[in-house]
Amino acid sequence: MSRRGDWVYENNGGTCVAIAGADYCVVAADTRLSVGYSILTRDHSKICELADKCVLASSGFQGDIKALHKNLAARELLYQHQHNKRMSCPAMAQLLSNTLYYKRFFPYYAFNVLGGLDSEGKGCVFTYDAVGSYERTGFSAQGTGSTLIMPVLDNQLKSPSPLLLPARDAVTPLSESEAVDLVKDVFASATERDIYTGDKLEIVVINKAGTKREYIDLRKD
Amino acid sequence: MLTHYTHSLTSGPRRNTHLLLCWLAFFSCSILEPKKNTATKPEEHADREPKPYAHSDPKIAREIQAEEDEDEASRMFRNQYDTDVTTWSPAGRLFQVEYAMEAVKQGSACVGLRSRTHAVLAAANKAASELSSHQRKVFRVADHAGVALAGLTADGRVLSRFLRSECINHAFVYDAPLPVSRLALRLADKAQVCTQRSWKRPYGVGLLVAGLDESGAHLYYNCPSGNYFEYQAFAIGSRSQAAKTFLERRFEGYNDYTPDQLIRDALSAIKETLQGEKLTSSNCTVAIVGRKDDGTVEPFEMIDNKRIQEIIESMEAVEEAPVAAAESSSMQEDKGTDAAPMDI
Repeated sequence: MSRRGDWVYENNGGTCVAIAGADYCVVAADTRLSVGYSILTRDHSKICELADKCVLASSGFQGDIKALHKNLAARELLYQHQHNKRMSCPAMAQLLSNTLYYKRFFPYYAFNVLGGLDSEGKGCVFTYDAVGSYERTGFSAQGTGSTLIMPVLDNQLKSPSPLLLPARDAVTPLSESEAVDLVKDVFASATERDIYTGDKLEIVVINKAGTKREYIDLRKD
Repeated sequence: MLTHYTHSLTSGPRRNTHLLLCWLAFFSCSILEPKKNTATKPEEHADREPKPYAHSDPKIAREIQAEEDEDEASRMFRNQYDTDVTTWSPAGRLFQVEYAMEAVKQGSACVGLRSRTHAVLAAANKAASELSSHQRKVFRVADHAGVALAGLTADGRVLSRFLRSECINHAFVYDAPLPVSRLALRLADKAQVCTQRSWKRPYGVGLLVAGLDESGAHLYYNCPSGNYFEYQAFAIGSRSQAAKTFLERRFEGYNDYTPDQLIRDALSAIKETLQGEKLTSSNCTVAIVGRKDDGTVEPFEMIDNKRIQEIIESMEAVEEAPVAAAESSSMQEDKGTDAAPMDI
């Protein structure tokens, strides 16, 4: 199948995952940047810290992703100036959704997962499609390896359905270290079968003490 | 008249121009002319009729008149060339711009000073009444820069918003902080626009722009006229002359001052403008930006009240010690150690 002459996107691959806990949030993404069957770099971060309690991981077309992250970071700075405080995760979630829908007819080719702590200090994860449809969930995976990872997370994290009444908390009862271990395991599995996922795994953990970053090696083939 | 005009619009270009010219002439006669007739010669002011709002009580009426005469004397420039910002005086002055600079002098005092690596801004807080909170005079514009303003604070707020968006846009496009000199230039150009449009008025606020960039710490003063200058130390607002005198004596050493020394001098300068009133952490605001010796950047931030109070108290303690030892009475502060620090 030949691409159209005016195709302005390309998929740089990669996978992003986020898991929300009772008082923490884990956001992880691999660091491989690819195009077609080639690797452009093994060391490219897909994660952007937008606010002190809010981290965005995006996979897709890196040109659009860079622009989207810059746009959101500038808007967050403006918010800081106007309201004298940093943006909360739910506020950023709505802003991201609006920013994506703003380009409904020429979308950002970005598949986003937003993770952080809400205003009460509980973990929250927001998952998006390319045009801004979003939902608050307990965990999510986006990107080329998402179809390999999501079923495993569904099985392990047993998030209640958002349709249930009364509304139940979507956060997992797992501890922080258990959640990080789970993330490492799912990425190792995805790396085995997804050609676009591998090289290194960047894990960012947000809790009330602040933000921690960790790097794990993945298979490089 | 108007309906006639619109009807003629449909009937060919030649009649249009003809009528347009008539309408313009009519307009300029009726609207533009009267302005020239409102100006009066200076010597006529002396024998003006009493104003319609003259107070019925003669004693109070005399007081009002005395106040007005005082105003008259202080406003040396009242004449026929000061109505419009786009009107030059025969001496080549734009009076509206100069009047705007007077507005700056009415605002409460602000001082700024800088060393090679740090810049400090301090402002005297003025509250409209005892019941209200004081006006914000120091604004963060970016991580590396901030402003302190004196004059019409509403104008200053709008300008701060403009400066913030300029810094954000520059960082977005160039991935680097906007150098402080360029920031001051953007602000000056914006102020200049208002001195050359008949439908605008100059901004009535003077800003002290302090920031840190690759070439070190900088302090600029932007006036409503669109001029800006770089300073080692400066003070603006009411009773700023006292602060300027204080700074003039000491500014030559500022390049090598530590941040703490800069803050102390800023507080001392503000104290000069309070003229007798006690300096406490509730009637001043201090902000600092700079690069520490190890290279880490201290972003522009207000210093919190507790630390300011500690610094004020240690300043008073330093003054106490030589006074107590030498028993001189001229420079006596009220006993800081006995009185409660927070009166308000």
